[in-house]
Amino acid sequence: MSARDDILGNIRRSLGVKGSETIRRQIVQDRLERAPRGVIPARGQVSGEERVALFKTMAEASLATVTEVESAADVPQSIALFLRNHNLPATLRMGDDLRLKVMPWSETALEISHGPSEGRDLNAVSHAFGGVAETGTLAMISGPENPSTLNFLPDNHIIVVSAKDIASDYESVWSKVRFTFGKGGMPRTVNWITGPSRSGDIEQTLLLGAHGPRRLHVVVVRE
Amino acid sequence: MNVHSTSPQFKQNATRALHDPQLQKALNNVKQGFIDKRKSAADKLPEFEALRDAAHDIKNHTLEHLDLYLEAYEEKVKASGGHVHFARNADEAREIILSICRKADAKTVTKGKSMISEEIGINHYLEANGIRPIETDLGEYIIQLRNELPSHIIAPAVHLNATQVEQDFRRVHTHLDAKRDLSEPVQLLTEARAVLRERFLAADVGITGANFLVAETGTSIIVTNEGNGDLTQILPKTHIVLASIEKLVPTLEDASQLLRVLARSATGQEMSVYTTFSTGPRRSADADGPANYHVVLIDNGRSAMLGTSFEEMLRCIRCGACMNHCPVYHAVGGHAYGWVYPGPMGAVLTPSLIGVDKAGHLPNASTFCGRCESVCPVRIPLPKLMRHWREREFERHLTPASVRSGLGLWGFFAKRPALYRFATRAAMATLGFMGRQRGRFRWLPLAKGWTAYRDFPAPQGETFQARWQRERKGRTA
Amino acid sequence: MAKLEEGKFEAVNGSPPRLRIGLFVTCLVDLMRPSIGFAAVKLLEDAGCMVEAPVQTCCGQPAYNSGDRGTTRDLAQRMIETFQGYDYVVAPSGSCAGMIKKHYPELFEEDPNWRVKADALAAKTYELTSFLVDVLGVTQVDATFDGAVTYHDSCSGLRELGVKTQPRKLLSSVKGLTIVEMNDSDVCCGFGGTFAVKYSDISGAIVDAKAKNIGASQAPTLLAGDLGCLMNMAGKLSRDGKPIEVRHVAEILAGMTDEPGIGLAKEAARAK
Repeated sequence: MSARDDILGNIRRSLGVKGSETIRRQIVQDRLERAPRGVIPARGQVSGEERVALFKTMAEASLATVTEVESAADVPQSIALFLRNHNLPATLRMGDDLRLKVMPWSETALEISHGPSEGRDLNAVSHAFGGVAETGTLAMISGPENPSTLNFLPDNHIIVVSAKDIASDYESVWSKVRFTFGKGGMPRTVNWITGPSRSGDIEQTLLLGAHGPRRLHVVVVRE
Repeated sequence: MNVHSTSPQFKQNATRALHDPQLQKALNNVKQGFIDKRKSAADKLPEFEALRDAAHDIKNHTLEHLDLYLEAYEEKVKASGGHVHFARNADEAREIILSICRKADAKTVTKGKSMISEEIGINHYLEANGIRPIETDLGEYIIQLRNELPSHIIAPAVHLNATQVEQDFRRVHTHLDAKRDLSEPVQLLTEARAVLRERFLAADVGITGANFLVAETGTSIIVTNEGNGDLTQILPKTHIVLASIEKLVPTLEDASQLLRVLARSATGQEMSVYTTFSTGPRRSADADGPANYHVVLIDNGRSAMLGTSFEEMLRCIRCGACMNHCPVYHAVGGHAYGWVYPGPMGAVLTPSLIGVDKAGHLPNASTFCGRCESVCPVRIPLPKLMRHWREREFERHLTPASVRSGLGLWGFFAKRPALYRFATRAAMATLGFMGRQRGRFRWLPLAKGWTAYRDFPAPQGETFQARWQRERKGRTA
Repeated sequence: MAKLEEGKFEAVNGSPPRLRIGLFVTCLVDLMRPSIGFAAVKLLEDAGCMVEAPVQTCCGQPAYNSGDRGTTRDLAQRMIETFQGYDYVVAPSGSCAGMIKKHYPELFEEDPNWRVKADALAAKTYELTSFLVDVLGVTQVDATFDGAVTYHDSCSGLRELGVKTQPRKLLSSVKGLTIVEMNDSDVCCGFGGTFAVKYSDISGAIVDAKAKNIGASQAPTLLAGDLGCLMNMAGKLSRDGKPIEVRHVAEILAGMTDEPGIGLAKEAARAK
């Protein structure tokens, strides 16, 4: 007997079931179909300005920095200013996300390169799929538009998120993922990011930039 | 074969730990940090207790339908282009992993933090077969350099201090300037980051564990603060997910409920920095990500726990809150427990996995203070399950003879009230008389353990029942 | 006067019904420190209860926690029979009350007849301060105690029965008494029944940490609601030469402090 059948057989023996019971199968299928939401914290259930403000507060509590700009056209200048203020080189790597590509980068002195990171980039920018106000979390979707390596290899990661994409809770983001990829479908990777990389493994001292970015900067586009 | 255990020597391990000043200093970090942070995170979320109930229910529901959720999960992983392997035990899991590594022609393997990988001792096995495993979680990296087991499930190197880490780095990172300054923790972190960055980029295979597996989508979830798990799984050509079968949850919504209690219970964060949902290998248009995605599902004793009282232990989401709040863990640290899982969760799980004959001390070494259960995000009744192990030991006559005979004697009298009153009256009168000068004993026969550390207060002399009978007889008849 | 009939009582001549309490004195109090039992009797009688202490032995907790379910069941059945006729069962111990309230029902999971009886006993069993406050609604006691006390929350009472505010509420009504909270008052003292003897090294380390917190509170008196924990802490404090008086909370609440503190000699108390 294969290990698979053996294990499933043992589970069924322990549970006292056959595996063929219609009612059990129905219960499981129903749950997978309906994907019921559980307890949703009231904290995130606010809208408009209040939701953006909560997102900002929570993201900052996770030690990210947050800037708001009026429109997408303001993003390059804002990022250039962030890099300058932190004495960082004027380079920036990004994927093929059209929302980023059409921004007026030429108005800045930033040296832009495209594609995934190979581990030597200092600065990168990605566009978020959405944000979650409840904990100041950003939801990133893998793909050529925003390669996952940009989320982790650069020292300084900048994430652009549209205010309208900031949801109250994780569940709302899952609804949007299902709408985009079909029920049960997923991109290779969804990354939830809440603040910059850190470790407390040495004497429980909190240190930023363990393996991922030392800085996480979020630009919220309000338009 | 599971990794070797020193659990039978728990007492000796504990005594050694109590006399290790270095360790005692490090353990203070556990007592101070985690508890306040968890409490503050829980207090900030009014729905926290309701979420604990939800987490408990989700895991119970999944376990009761585990066979079906595993089937659904397997189908989804395959549909997304991934491979699923089943392993009955540690040996089979190691064989499967080795053969995937061989197919990938792997020389080095990076690893995200995974307790199940400790359980099956994969590192030594890969090494013995010419493949170099590299732990990438900072704490795991440090203990790998020292050839130790983790002493805590989320803070593996919590038993060490910065000076010890510095010594290990100087010993191993010999390519670096011997005169470099490593006096600050941040310098240690920076050095590890640079060394491991090269390893990440060179690795042929990445092995991670999984905090959860989602049946709805065939997704594996890892949670880290460092980002090491992500670099482990997106850079090499092959990603292997190593997970025990109870990691299943039905849907993304269910996973989200559990994630809301996981970080808060573990580190007191609202959410860990990186929560990653991986489904299959890279898609054709993707610019990065692994080309091959394998999941190794390990039973290793879990299926036998279903349907018994120990099924409740399979709800565990490995947050570490139980050990963070355990006075025994605070006193002796994780290594004393002698195997992979320390603290209260280890005291229940270890006997299930390596046998109560070997791990019998662990469920006994508890005061049943109940603090672990009071913070468990999935409400596992840990003291009750430890008691169940004690019952099994008693039934199998594994309980020490001195305890059995002492209990037997006590039980004999307790079942005979008249005899009990007579005997205790005499005994307490004697003890009370002997102790009336000082009010306490510095030494008593049969209570050496007690009087080694504290005095034994003398009884007042007359028993309550004797005095009650004397004073009240007739009054309340 | 109330007239008792089949465990029930009724009011006679319009006077309020008096609750008939079975005092579960607990083995440790019975053997080691009966004055706690008499303090409990005084508190209950002052609150208008009729108190009886039927002939009793042990609730079975030592056997239960050692894995001996058979002996535990035998002792539990004896306890159930002894106490089933009372309106309430009250114990000056969170641990022993918790044994009846939380664990007896579980002990008879597979025995419906005894399960019903165990549930009935569990429902009417209380720890002393919780009974006074939560059931009788007592808000103050008639007692005086000059000085500061610190209170240790014993684990079973705290986590199984929710005993935390009740003793403090009653203590705050004692004239002259102030409560000084120690750090980690809700952390185990390391007693754990047979644990203190079986794993004495670990128990010793845990009570050491507890003694340091007690000392740091600067309170000259330590109180708690469980004699096992009190003997452990008193023994440690006296071994360390710390002159802290250790008492059961009932002794203070009843104003019965003639007996020397736990682990002190009668002569020493008299010299004070």
